[in-house]
Amino acid sequence: MGRYVIRRLLQMVPVFIGTTFLIFVMVYALGDPVAAMFGDKAPDPATAAQIRHAMYLDHSLPAQYVHYMKQIFTGDFGTSASGQPVTQLMGSAFPVTIRLTLVAFVIEAVAGVGLGLIAGLRRGRLADSGVLAFTLIVVAVPTFVTGYVLQYFLGVKWHVANPAVAEGAPIGDLIMPGVVLAGVSLAYVARLTRTSVAENSRADYLRTAVAKGLPRRRVVTVHLLRNSLIPVVTFLGTDIGGLMAGAVVTERIFNIHGVGYQLYQGILRQNPPTVVGFVTILVIIFLAANLIVDLLYAVLDPRIRYA
Amino acid sequence: MPETTDSQSSATAVADAPAVAAAAPGLRKEGEKARSLRSDAWHDLSRKPMFYISGLLILFLIVISIWPGLIASGNPLSCDLAKSQMGPTSGHPFGFDTQGCDVYTRTVYGARASVSVGIFSTLGVAVLGSLLGGLAGFFGGWWDAVLSRISDIFFGIPILLGGVVFLSVVKGGTVTTVSVFMVLLGWPQIARIARGAVITAKQQDYVQAARALGASNTRMLLRHIAPNALAPIIVVATIALGTYISLEATLSFLGVGLKPPAVSWGIDISQASSQIRNAPHMLLWPAGALSLTVLAFIMLGDAVRDALDPKLR
Repeated sequence: MGRYVIRRLLQMVPVFIGTTFLIFVMVYALGDPVAAMFGDKAPDPATAAQIRHAMYLDHSLPAQYVHYMKQIFTGDFGTSASGQPVTQLMGSAFPVTIRLTLVAFVIEAVAGVGLGLIAGLRRGRLADSGVLAFTLIVVAVPTFVTGYVLQYFLGVKWHVANPAVAEGAPIGDLIMPGVVLAGVSLAYVARLTRTSVAENSRADYLRTAVAKGLPRRRVVTVHLLRNSLIPVVTFLGTDIGGLMAGAVVTERIFNIHGVGYQLYQGILRQNPPTVVGFVTILVIIFLAANLIVDLLYAVLDPRIRYA
Repeated sequence: MPETTDSQSSATAVADAPAVAAAAPGLRKEGEKARSLRSDAWHDLSRKPMFYISGLLILFLIVISIWPGLIASGNPLSCDLAKSQMGPTSGHPFGFDTQGCDVYTRTVYGARASVSVGIFSTLGVAVLGSLLGGLAGFFGGWWDAVLSRISDIFFGIPILLGGVVFLSVVKGGTVTTVSVFMVLLGWPQIARIARGAVITAKQQDYVQAARALGASNTRMLLRHIAPNALAPIIVVATIALGTYISLEATLSFLGVGLKPPAVSWGIDISQASSQIRNAPHMLLWPAGALSLTVLAFIMLGDAVRDALDPKLR
């Protein structure tokens, strides 16, 4: 197990470097952060050169990248467009987005697996068709449409929920944005669970479990669900990154000042340290989630052993 | 992926891409007449109402993307500020938006952007992904290793995040730039599936037999492997088409995808979203059209998957 973790961590290093370098190239090489500071006006060449030097932009791209990474590992993420250190923005943004992601994640996992289980057990019947139709519609309606429609009806018209999220983002306010953020993934989880349950319910071990007289509840939860969850867990793990990225849209609709909001501001104002810094942290979270998923396999499926 | 002691890993892969199993057709019940995968799939599709509904809808969308004038006589860019946010009147069934443009005309003309981004991105992703992935799977070796690591890197970037970063620095806002971006970030998805399908097909007896008979690499790839590896690629690509359309609208909504004067549902929804309390019709029509389009493509993808993947029947 320990050796497996170390091997996986080592495998993550090139992916981490590659991903952050890709983002770095997009932001620094394709865009021009100095020109962006001056808006429509052309900057004075001498001033521009001075800023370039101060921002380490007069070196080659790989050298800039190495310089940037060195700074990151000493905890220096640079300054944002408003002059605040990027780490300060992160300190205020990440707790909010992590809460939002957790709310969405719980909704996605519980409702998704629940719906998928119902549909998989009643394959071909009304409940199954209902779940399938529901997931089709949820996948087809884009997140931002669902967001505005729910906000309009639940928040503005019927006063069921708060249309915007209050300062400090209390959990109660985050439920509606969480539902919106979870929507599409929830549908995928339900479909994945349904397929997996339907496939496994024909397995020999399940017939054995029924034949030896186990109560249905135990057959479904221990024998069927545990085996069916393996692909679902894979999806859930990789989806954490997707959820945090999807927060760019959700946070904009519900006016939440989290990672998506800060990232979007950084992009609008073309402030490279904000963009690259936030994306780097997101990539780390994404890679860590994938590692945890792989370790969870062994818990769910005792046949899998880590050499 | 951790080592597995039995077929678990293939089961996981199948769940990720439900159609990988279709690469190995021929698991036929005894007594059934032998059919090729293609005619078998067609036989299954032709009995599905979902296939006809989505097919007709897509046909209709393609026709109005090419000739929007067929059902909308107005000009999407001719607007009259005096009619700003007015509700439906005769001749203008969907009402007017903030600029006083006819919502019906704009909704009809908006199909072109969505459908063309969807089709171009999917074609690009499918061709690039299956070429790179397929060749990597067939030849193996260092090219395979390098390609797998590169696709790991691309998988590390959520596509929406990459889109916001990439498209905000590459100023363009046209169908071409958005499609190019989607191909750049989308190909690893197909490449992985193509690689897996080719590796499965490569190990089949008939491919080994062809090799033993002295068939060249080209012949083996084109005559024996490609036809059998194509099914999972078609399935994933059809479903991806719907998600690309949705992604284009989301990027346009965020202000980094298509930009005015381009006519796109994403742009219209974004502009209507701040006025949803006063004039919800401005948002609901383009949003409805967008949802219906994505739904049609996803339904088609579902039907094609069920037809090509006999395992779920």
